[in-house]
Amino acid sequence: MDHIVDTRPGRGDQTLMPGGQAFITETRAAAREAGITLFDVTDPDQGIVHVVSPEMGIVLPGCTLIAPDSHTCTQGAFGALAWGIGSSEAEHSMATGTLRLTRPKTMRVTFTGTLAPGVTPKDMILTLIARHGAGGGKGYAVEFAGEAVRALDMEGRMTLCNMATEFSAMTGMIAPDAKTYDWLRGRRYAPRDAMFDRAVADWQTLPSDEGARFDIEIDIDASAIEPMISWGTSPEHSSGISGSVPADAPERPVAYMGVEPGQKLIGLPIDAAFIGSCTNGRLSDLRRAAALLKGRHVASGIKALVVPGSMAVRRAAEAEGLDRIFTAAGFEWRMSGCSMCFYAGGESFPAGSRVISSTNRNFEGRQGPNIRTHIASPETVAASAIVGCIADPREIAA
Amino acid sequence: MKPFTTLTAVAAPLIRDNIDTDAIIPSREMKSTGKTGLAEGLFAPWRYLSPGGRDPDPQFVLNQPAYAQAEILLGGRNFGCGSSREHAVWALAEYGIRAVIAPSFAPIFAGNCTRNGIVPVVLDDDAIAAIGEDGGLVTIDLAAQTVALQDGPHWSFEIGAEAKAMLFEGLDPIDLTLKSRADIAAFQTADKVARPWIYLGDLMP
Repeated sequence: MDHIVDTRPGRGDQTLMPGGQAFITETRAAAREAGITLFDVTDPDQGIVHVVSPEMGIVLPGCTLIAPDSHTCTQGAFGALAWGIGSSEAEHSMATGTLRLTRPKTMRVTFTGTLAPGVTPKDMILTLIARHGAGGGKGYAVEFAGEAVRALDMEGRMTLCNMATEFSAMTGMIAPDAKTYDWLRGRRYAPRDAMFDRAVADWQTLPSDEGARFDIEIDIDASAIEPMISWGTSPEHSSGISGSVPADAPERPVAYMGVEPGQKLIGLPIDAAFIGSCTNGRLSDLRRAAALLKGRHVASGIKALVVPGSMAVRRAAEAEGLDRIFTAAGFEWRMSGCSMCFYAGGESFPAGSRVISSTNRNFEGRQGPNIRTHIASPETVAASAIVGCIADPREIAA
Repeated sequence: MKPFTTLTAVAAPLIRDNIDTDAIIPSREMKSTGKTGLAEGLFAPWRYLSPGGRDPDPQFVLNQPAYAQAEILLGGRNFGCGSSREHAVWALAEYGIRAVIAPSFAPIFAGNCTRNGIVPVVLDDDAIAAIGEDGGLVTIDLAAQTVALQDGPHWSFEIGAEAKAMLFEGLDPIDLTLKSRADIAAFQTADKVARPWIYLGDLMP
């Protein structure tokens, strides 16, 4: 249970979303009837599916993993073929154990060099989408490769693969390596003991061959990437934070977002800040945001909340005292769920708010009627919440 | 599923790039767990004057009398991007849309269309602009893979053989797949030996 659940402490089946409670109770009854394990609203393992599945070792290298949610590609970070499907395809897969699909074309995106301090996987994927378009990956399965990708930890790799769907790719994936195996070892549904070793031997055969040929290759110099921020209503409407709304920006997104062509992005006043989602709601995301917020407070009048990606993330963060840093800084500390990454008629920000958000979509109305969403890394969200305007996290030393 | 052979209908122009499934049907309009009762929420953010309201915005194309009977939608690049929600296609189908013509589609959306009797037709920008400007009836012939205006211009489009067959014959893909039941079982038996860790059910305590 993730999309529809309430994230306010003390929650139960009731939700502010119209029809939400019925959805929860019907799903629970159907799961019970079919003998399907459900991580339910009040279960200690509850969380966003793309956070919980890796935590549990459900996703494994070389497995085929599908879910009726477009961000299933997140789990390609483990060298799985993982992608989002529609409800009819989910029905088909449960009825037949298979899916019918057309073999995708192959693309490799190689990030050379190393990221500068304060620059994150979120900035890598937004750079790719800003340069090559929100439709740039259409028809392709994308492998992310290169020095800067190998250097990422598993959580960072998940952030990178998460937004392959915003690139219109079928999926994003990363070759498994020692970091992948270390992450999975000992997790609840991962193989154990000798079976784990046998699995690793198999997983080591999965990476693309030396000299493998892809239908298309894209190279990006990771060392030149700066923190990214969106200015419009598609993830392709993104810019380096020191940049401006393009002089030739289309009329409709500019009008919706209430910005002017040529306007600098730094300094644009915000009303609210959101940290969470399957993109950036994991422990490392919360740690990096908390490092900036420690000993500081959000600017006056800013509504700010942090929603851990799973209850396990929430507990781990509390064990480190991150919750106290967030609340002392003026953030609400929530239970896990998809929360205000999207609007379903329940909770939202005040109408017309300008929100800086660690989520994945800045569509018109995505976070609520007339809400203006700027997507960015958790660091950029935290820095902007402190300043009260869009701000460069590198200017705020941790 | 209703088979799609040919269709002659009005085409409503909504030619914007990156029309996402949140715009086609926002989450707040997905009030049931079923596939019906969604048409009213179709394009709610643009179709109605206020969020959650039902007063039609006269500016929105489907609210204009000329397009009241539209069964074809003209869209822009990357149509149907964003959330995988099949409700977007169910809402279009329930409203009465039988084909969407756009320069490109988001892949999950296109797959959902073919499973619900809506033809995703890919034509270039110039063709779509011409159809929009013509404003008359448009004929889509799935067998011939053509789109034609009443007197003159016509264009060919590409569609995958399987998607075409499913739409044309109104096939249920589950039945189609279950014809290969023996092959599926043989694969799974061999794969369970090669990769037992993939089969969770066998490893559960």
